[in-house]
Amino acid sequence: MATLPAGTALPTASPHPERAFGAGTTVRRRRWSRRRMANAVYWGACAAALAGVAVPVVWVLAGVVNSGLRDWHWSVLTTQTVGTGGGLLNAIAGTLVIVVGVAVIVGIVGIAGGIYLAEFCPEGRGGLLRGGSEILSGAPSIVLGYVGYVTLVVRFHWGFSLAAALVVLSVMVVPYVVKATEVSLRSVPTAYRDGSEALGMPSGYALRRVVLRPALPGIVTGLIVAMAIAVGETAPLLYTAGWSNNLPTTHLFHAPIAYLTYPVWTFYNQPYASAHRLAAVAALLLVVLALLMIVVGRIIVAVTQRQSETSSAPH
Amino acid sequence: MTVPVESPGRPVPPAPGGQGPPGPRWDAAPGVIRPRHDTEGMVRWGTRLAALLPGAALVGLTVALLIEALPAIQGNGFGFFTRTTWDPGNFYNPPVVVNGVTRPDGASYGAFPLIVGTLASSAIAMAIAVPVAFGTAMIVVHKLPRRLSNTFGMLLEMLAGIPSVVFGLWAALTLGPFLAHHVSPFISRSLPDVPVLRYFKGPVGSGEGLLTSGLVLAVMVVPIIASTTRDLLRQVPRGTQEGAVALGMTDLEVVRTVSIPWVRTGVIGACVLGLGRALGETMAVAMASGTVLGTVPRNVYSTFGSMAGVIVSQLDSALTDATGFAVETLAYLGLVLLAMSLLANIGARLLVRRASTTALPVGRGI
Repeated sequence: MATLPAGTALPTASPHPERAFGAGTTVRRRRWSRRRMANAVYWGACAAALAGVAVPVVWVLAGVVNSGLRDWHWSVLTTQTVGTGGGLLNAIAGTLVIVVGVAVIVGIVGIAGGIYLAEFCPEGRGGLLRGGSEILSGAPSIVLGYVGYVTLVVRFHWGFSLAAALVVLSVMVVPYVVKATEVSLRSVPTAYRDGSEALGMPSGYALRRVVLRPALPGIVTGLIVAMAIAVGETAPLLYTAGWSNNLPTTHLFHAPIAYLTYPVWTFYNQPYASAHRLAAVAALLLVVLALLMIVVGRIIVAVTQRQSETSSAPH
Repeated sequence: MTVPVESPGRPVPPAPGGQGPPGPRWDAAPGVIRPRHDTEGMVRWGTRLAALLPGAALVGLTVALLIEALPAIQGNGFGFFTRTTWDPGNFYNPPVVVNGVTRPDGASYGAFPLIVGTLASSAIAMAIAVPVAFGTAMIVVHKLPRRLSNTFGMLLEMLAGIPSVVFGLWAALTLGPFLAHHVSPFISRSLPDVPVLRYFKGPVGSGEGLLTSGLVLAVMVVPIIASTTRDLLRQVPRGTQEGAVALGMTDLEVVRTVSIPWVRTGVIGACVLGLGRALGETMAVAMASGTVLGTVPRNVYSTFGSMAGVIVSQLDSALTDATGFAVETLAYLGLVLLAMSLLANIGARLLVRRASTTALPVGRGI
C-alpha cells in the first residue's frame, strides 16, 4: 500500500475548483495534517505490536538457552535420572521412542484420512469428518490425558505404558497430518488425475504413482509439525506414560516410559539445585528438538518451492 | 468420469467400479504397464476408516469423560458452578452417601473460582493478543519486504512450536518475577481507584497470577490470530485498496474502509479459535498461576487456579480418594472445560466457513 508522499497535492473533491485554494484551505490543510498524524500513530502502533511479538520469542529462547547452557553437562546425555539428579538419557531415549511411534501411527492414520477427504470423499460430504478432525485439535490436552488415564491406563489395565502414551498423543496430533495431507493433495492439479485416468490407471494406482508425489513435501511437513508438537506435550503424557528412571523397554504395556517434558514440569520447583539443573537442560533440549523439526519442515517447503517456481503468486 | 470411447484396435479401459463393456482385459493390451493388484476398493475403504477415526476419537473422548463424570454431576449438582469451596473431605472418617453418591465425609467441590480464573486469564490474554496480532499482521503484509515477512512467518512458527511447558518455565522463573519486581508495583501505585482499573491496584504478589498467565497465554495465542490475519490481508483485492488511495485516503483510512470489512469475519473466527486455545491451555497456566484452590482472584496479580491447571496438578492427590469422588469431580471439571473449548472451536469454524476465504488453522496455528 502506498502512502501519499509528502507534498502531494491536497485531495480536493470540491465541485468548485476555483475555490480549492480559497476559504476552506486552512481547515482542509489542518484536517489533512491531523489525518496524517493519525496514520503515523497507527503505523507506530503496528510497529510496536511487531516488537511485542518479537520480544517474547527472543526473550523465551534466550532465557532457555542461557539457563540450559549454564547448567549444561555432557553427562546429561549419557547417564540416567536418579531421583531428581543424574542425567536425562532415559528421557531423551523415551521421547525419541514416543515421537517415532506417534509418527508411525499418525503417518498411517492421518495420511490415509487426508487422502480420503481429498480424493475419495464425495463433494460436500466430508464436512462432518473434516470438522470432527479439526475440532478434535481444539480439545484441551489435559482432557485427552485424563481420558487416556481413566480408560486406557485404568479401565483397560494397560498401566502407565508406551501404548497409552502413543494412543493419546496420536489422537492429539492426528488432525495436523489429516489437514496437511488434504491441503497438499488438493493443491495437486486436477489434470494429473484426469491424465492418469485417461491412461486407464485404477485410481488407487494413479494416486500412488502420480498424485501423491507432488503432494509429498506438504505431507511430510505436516508430519514433522505433528512430531514437533508431540515432542513438546506434557499434559497428555503425565498420566499415561508415567515416568521411569530406566531406559525404554520393548514392552508396550505395563512399562512406564520417561520423556523430556516431565523433568521440566516436575523438577522446576523442587528444592534441589540438581532438579533445577535438569529442568533447565530438559527445556533447552525440548526447544532445540522442536525448533530443529520446524526448521527442517521449512527447508523442505523452501527447497520444493524453488524446484517448482512456476506459479506467479504475488506473495 | 470415464467415458468409454470406441477406438478400433485398442481395448477399452473399464470405468472405475469395473462396469466397463465386456471385452479383452484392458491391461492385457501391449504397452500397458499393469499394476500388480487393483487395490482401489481396499484403498477407498481403508482411507475412509482412517478419516472416520479422528471424529470417532472426539466422540469417544466426550462419551468416556461424560460416563466418568456422571457420579460427580449427580453428587455435586449444579451448585458446582456457584460454590467456591474445594474440599476433598476427611478420608479417615467413613464415607457418606449424598445424593446417591458415595463421597468422603465433608467433601464439597465448587468450580466457581476456577471458571472465573480461566475466563479472566483468557480475557487478559485476548485483550493483549488481538491488537498485537492484528497490528503485526498489518505491518508484515503492508510494510515489510518479502524476505523479512518470510522471516516473520518463521518467527510465528517458532512461537507456535515452543512447548507450552517451556513457556510455563519462562513465566514462572523469568516473566513472573520480572513483573512482580519491576512492572506491577509501578502499575499498582500509579493507577487511579476507578471501576475497571481498580483490579490493577492492591498487593502485587510474587509474580504468579492472572497477569503473568494472561501475558504468557497471549504469547501463545498470537500465532493463531496473526497467521490467519496475515493470510486474509493478503487476499484483500489490490484494486480496491489502490482505488481508496487514489481517492486520497491515508493508509489508516484504507485499512478502516477496505481491509477491515474484508477480513473481519475471518479475524473474528481466528480470535475465537485463539480463545479456545487459551481456555484449554494447561501447562503454562498451571506453572504461572500458582494453582490455588477455593479462592476467587481479587485483582490481576492474584494467584488463581485454572480448570486445566487444577486437573493436571490435582489428579495425583485425587487418586488417594478411595471413594473415587475426587477423580470423578475432576472429570466433571474436564467436561465443563471440554464443552467451553469445543464450543469456541465449533463457533469459530462455523463463522468462518460461512463467510471467509481462508480456512482457520488447526490447533496451534502452524
